[in-house]
Amino acid sequence: MSDTTTSKNTHFQDELMHGHHEETFITKYVFSTDHKMIGKQFLITGMVMGVIGVMMSMFFRLQLAWPEQSFAILEAFLGEWAPGGVMNPEIYLALVTIHGTIMVFFVLTAGLSGTFSNLLIPLQIGARDMASGFINMLSYWFFFASSIIMVASLFVTTGPASAGWTIYPPLSALPQAMSGSGLGMTLWLVSMTLFVVSSLLGALNYIVTILNMRTKGMSMTRLPLTIWAFFTTAIIGVLSFPVLVSAVLLLIFDRSMGTSFYLSDIFIAGEALHNTGGSPILFEHLFWFLGHPEVYIIILPALGITSEVIATNSRKPIFGYRAMIGSILAIAFLSFIVWGHHMFITGMNPFLGSVFTFTTLLIAIPSAVKAFNYITTLWKGNLQFTPAMLFSIGLVSTFVAGGLTGIILGDSALDINVHDTYFVVAHFHIVMGLSAIFGMFAGVYHWFPKMYGRRMNKKLGYVHFWLSFISAYGVFFPMHFLGLAGLPRRYYSNTAFPMFDNLADINVLITFFAIIGGIAMFIFLFNFFYSIFRGPVATQNPWNSNTLEWTTPVEHVHGNWPGEIPEVHRWAYDYSKPNADGSDYVIPGQDYAPQTVPLAPGEEEGGH
Amino acid sequence: MSTTTVNMPQDKKVWGGGSRPLGSQYGKLMMWFFLISDALTFSGFLAAYGMIRFKESLTWPVAEEVFTHFPFLEGNHPLLYVALMTFILIMSSVTMVLAVHAGNHMNKKSVTLWMLLTIIGGLIFVGSQAWEWYHFIVGDKGGIELHDRTIVHIVNADGEAISFSQVVHGMEHGHKSNHHEVFSKDEVFGAFKADNTLALKVPGKAGETMNRSEALAALSQADVVQGANMKRNEYGHQQFANFFFFITGFHGFHVFSGVVINFIIFYNVLLGTYERRGHYDMVEKVGLYWHFVDLVWVFVFTFFYLV
Repeated sequence: MSDTTTSKNTHFQDELMHGHHEETFITKYVFSTDHKMIGKQFLITGMVMGVIGVMMSMFFRLQLAWPEQSFAILEAFLGEWAPGGVMNPEIYLALVTIHGTIMVFFVLTAGLSGTFSNLLIPLQIGARDMASGFINMLSYWFFFASSIIMVASLFVTTGPASAGWTIYPPLSALPQAMSGSGLGMTLWLVSMTLFVVSSLLGALNYIVTILNMRTKGMSMTRLPLTIWAFFTTAIIGVLSFPVLVSAVLLLIFDRSMGTSFYLSDIFIAGEALHNTGGSPILFEHLFWFLGHPEVYIIILPALGITSEVIATNSRKPIFGYRAMIGSILAIAFLSFIVWGHHMFITGMNPFLGSVFTFTTLLIAIPSAVKAFNYITTLWKGNLQFTPAMLFSIGLVSTFVAGGLTGIILGDSALDINVHDTYFVVAHFHIVMGLSAIFGMFAGVYHWFPKMYGRRMNKKLGYVHFWLSFISAYGVFFPMHFLGLAGLPRRYYSNTAFPMFDNLADINVLITFFAIIGGIAMFIFLFNFFYSIFRGPVATQNPWNSNTLEWTTPVEHVHGNWPGEIPEVHRWAYDYSKPNADGSDYVIPGQDYAPQTVPLAPGEEEGGH
Repeated sequence: MSTTTVNMPQDKKVWGGGSRPLGSQYGKLMMWFFLISDALTFSGFLAAYGMIRFKESLTWPVAEEVFTHFPFLEGNHPLLYVALMTFILIMSSVTMVLAVHAGNHMNKKSVTLWMLLTIIGGLIFVGSQAWEWYHFIVGDKGGIELHDRTIVHIVNADGEAISFSQVVHGMEHGHKSNHHEVFSKDEVFGAFKADNTLALKVPGKAGETMNRSEALAALSQADVVQGANMKRNEYGHQQFANFFFFITGFHGFHVFSGVVINFIIFYNVLLGTYERRGHYDMVEKVGLYWHFVDLVWVFVFTFFYLV
């Protein structure tokens, strides 16, 4: 079989000798099978989707702060859905739904995991490319098609899907229920089915590449934590997304074929529908069996990136390398047995609720291990405050802040009080939204030199970070108080409830911070695209890092390394390691020892 | 390179990098992980089926009373045909094993034969499923839908379910199955009211028989149902047909795609592609998929037909 390392090597060297075969624009930039290009394709597509998703949040924040007031920008973008600049309730629900869908799946799943798994897996394990470049390419194009369909659903006359990103039936199942449950919902389902195909193809590739194609000496316990995170994320994806397929297919049948899997005893306009015996709770079970692991599909890659960035920029080995691997695996395992905590008030048996409370609270243990390990890695480190480092520290902050409220929500008794309020919105935005997006920014700033051979502007990076960080807390911290005061989520306006009148000012404050955060994103976008073309040219190893990707040339070559693939002799975190007599570092005058450097005589390997 | 050679010295650690720790090339591993993923999709459906069936367990039809036909044979043959289908599908797994085995020995002639038999087995299974769907859709004895949308069946004095044909034309002239004859509500209800020995019975293992006066009262707001579709079916609960069509359909779709894939590989075997490549790994990969499809059927068969 031609997929062995040796034969790839020979093939590669043949290519070098006979000159590179001509690449056209199409094979290089469009239908590329090179993992580095596919990673960039995921990133750019994810960023475009991110702009759409964030703009939607700006629109509904305007409505929440100044209910039913006229804004020219709303009329400009929403047209007939915002007559006179006042958005109507249906489009509010549509915006919330698509904002959630885009951010969860298109930005933080495909945009984050797709980008960095593709870019980093072959580079950091020492492989020429993914196991199957063709399947990898298919993975991107399924994602692209899925994105196009999701965006196209915004232009449907009856509006895009509006039943929330969780698309609970019967609201999502019956076109008569709301206008968004018509064609918009159908397109949503088609788009998500393609998305799952993309995610599955990608994940299969990531898993087998990591298993089979590590370079000589790259044992599992010498892998950078990024790779462990991507590996585990891919496994979670392979196990949880297929259950979403089950849920979605049954819903498609309920919508289009007249079945009643989720429907029973429904009357519309006084007339009974034919459906009997179905259960909307069934959908919730199937959905959250994906839905909860999905949270970890989002956060684990960000945590992996953070581990790498924090260790490099603290010039210290990561604290508790094996404990980090253990906690990643523990989180992955637990993520499959906690889905019921999304369903405490569906009428689920209270005993079952207490079981789910128990498993949910167990997740606090590996999460705390990770948080403490980040802090202890930073402790007394020689901190290099690059923008990537700032975003990583920001992640640690939001991961802890959001995790604490998770303890409250994970408890079935406490959850009843704040269920479906802004407290929940605050919790999941901080713990997975902000943390994951901060991890993604950290990754972009850190590996930008690897992706584009140039560096991003550091000062703009600082402005971007501080504006994002302050506005992020400015937006989501006050939401805890809204939630504790009982303000329900998903309401278009609260003006009908005098008890919430005194909370109106808080909503104005939140929107104020949201707009600042939105502006910060434009700084990032400018910095990103400007630096692709005009940024200062990067050196080969700009962060003095140990991992293998920095041993490749700045200019991308097909096959990553121009010569032999380097052999690995140590783990990825030998930063500031003293030599045997403590007089200097193991490599004199250099506070890092790349993985390709053999152990000195008598030197003990780290990471155990 | 054939199946399990690992190109590394034996004294090195298997997971140490530069080797394939599971002794398998990537394509086969991908197939395994894909199958795990697909297994979870099926598990999702079977769990959904279990939940709904448990909820409606009192009136859930008994499979032995529904699937009673056998091609070219009259009479009552509960689950006989589906057992035959299952046997054929399992045999096609056996022939697939033999094809893989022949491939390992680079025996093209043998691979061709066993692949061909596997494809034929798959086609027989898909064809049988179509036949079973056809009979399920056309219907058997007919059912009566009451006001509250439950389905009941007409039973004779011995408590045996009888067909509309037998009710209307009499026990001697009527057929045990309605075949394609469509009966109107008035015909069936008229004949039912005229014969004092007939009663109505709720389907299911614990199905109760309604007494005569209850039955007559119920008929005033009832309708006849023949055959099955997604909205109602003569056998019993709406969900029964919903899940029957969905799960066997989803599985049938897998078998069908398996047959197509097997055919493509078979064609390549004929062309000598794998002979030139020096190994028959592709046969092994599609073999994995084929065994998986069989295994899933074992679960569908168990949960839908047997228990």
